[in-house]
Amino acid sequence: MTVEALLNQLFPSGHAVQTREGVLTGSATTPKGAIAVMGTGSHLAVGVEAAMALADFVLKVVKEWPGRPLLMLVDTQGQRLSRRDELLGINGYLAHLVKCLELARLRGHRLLSLAYGEAVSGGFLSFGLMADEIHALPDAKVRVMNLTAMARITKLPLEMLEEMSATSPSFAPGVENFFKLGGVRSVWSDNISEQLEEAIARQTVGDQRRKDGLERHGRKLAHEVSQLVAAGGTRT
Amino acid sequence: MSDLSGVHRSHSYYEASARGRLTHLLDAGSFRELLGPTERLTSPHLELLGQPCAFDDGIVIGRGRLDGRPVLVASQEGGFMGGAVGEVHGAKLTGLLELAVHEHPAAILLLLESGGVRLHEANAGLIAISEIIRALLAARAAGIPVIGLIGGIYGCFGGMGIVARCCDRLIINEEGRLGLSGPDVIETTMGVEEFDASDRALVWRTVGGKHRFLLGEVQQLVADDLAAFRTAVVEALGQPLQGLTLESLEREHQGLADRLANYGDCLDATEIWAALGLENPLQVPLLDIPTFLQVASQAGREGA
Repeated sequence: MTVEALLNQLFPSGHAVQTREGVLTGSATTPKGAIAVMGTGSHLAVGVEAAMALADFVLKVVKEWPGRPLLMLVDTQGQRLSRRDELLGINGYLAHLVKCLELARLRGHRLLSLAYGEAVSGGFLSFGLMADEIHALPDAKVRVMNLTAMARITKLPLEMLEEMSATSPSFAPGVENFFKLGGVRSVWSDNISEQLEEAIARQTVGDQRRKDGLERHGRKLAHEVSQLVAAGGTRT
Repeated sequence: MSDLSGVHRSHSYYEASARGRLTHLLDAGSFRELLGPTERLTSPHLELLGQPCAFDDGIVIGRGRLDGRPVLVASQEGGFMGGAVGEVHGAKLTGLLELAVHEHPAAILLLLESGGVRLHEANAGLIAISEIIRALLAARAAGIPVIGLIGGIYGCFGGMGIVARCCDRLIINEEGRLGLSGPDVIETTMGVEEFDASDRALVWRTVGGKHRFLLGEVQQLVADDLAAFRTAVVEALGQPLQGLTLESLEREHQGLADRLANYGDCLDATEIWAALGLENPLQVPLLDIPTFLQVASQAGREGA
């Protein structure tokens, strides 16, 4: 789906979202009030400039629109792979973006994200995955890497990975797999403007993903193990 | 043989195991592991793929004391799958960061050595790193200092490179490497012209401890000696907290914008070092730590 089509479907009453070098920023109107909108388009590889532009916007939202919910639209092929970005410390730029989003959360902004294109690795990690609730369109491509690349790097037979993917959501790409793991809260298949309204109105306490992953039988250990440690390591 | 009593015997951080590092870093005998190997919490995904498992899933976590003060610690084992983060590994670290909010230790120490997401369980690993980031920032928001240590064979890359830069402070040795995409990943994907991962000098110039220190990304550069790391952590404990405030993040924002404006066109670390005012940038990789720190300080780079 194009960004324009997506924005029109999400915000029937209008929006003012601009795209500049693959970075989306602006605001929109919903029946629940104004919402800040940011994200990426054209499968942007997130490099240091994009991270700065997004962080700049988050700080602006915090300062100028206190408390306003923030929707992150995700279409990224991942972090930009370049020696120059590494030289400049791209991990620090992505960490800065992550910290700005945490600041917004701490100051009462509701953070939502919608994966509508690609949602991959470091690019996804640096903003979309920071939301209180992460949603996805059914045809979004959420992944770390495809099975062919995974087979090459892990030196495991592709057929074996394909077979295992039928029973375990941890290997193969896909919205459905991330849903089972708790990494995606829900899939918005229709009436996406209504889905957004409901998501704005809900409240989320803490990080729900491990619980979702357990309930959906996708990540069976993450919740229990972290709870056990958080309780001081004693089994009760 | 000469008498070696009284001579300080150094223990390399670079070469030590995850447990070995904790032994020498913390007050003697103070470490108490949580969910240790006897619990046999292994990765169900690796088992499914018929891969070797580790009874601690490649991360050691627990309580200890440093200079008498209570700390929570996590130490990633590079020797097991390069310290990569899977479901259980990640959940242990997230749980430790959540435990900190209840216990309020003097600090959380993260001994980071990781290539990032464990590709054998990639989807679960990516979500796990995101959970680590959220738990780490929640601990910081609760006023607990999070101090990262980097200096192992596998460096600190991938999502864990982002985690590292979410810490209050970082301590690194010259051998330590910190980045996002490892040189091998860039070379494989973009070609050897983009990044020649076999050029060790280039790799160290680009992602090594000295460069990270000069950019101000890590606050302390120390010798490859666990005693030096220990001294640096004690010193770090005395430093004021950064805090996650609008003011501190605006300051960081300005710093990162300046870096991009000043060095965004540099093709090599030596160009950045020259622009920073270091006298003989080509000599920087050859300087021993005390001399390097002196040169850096003369150029006004003290890691802060």
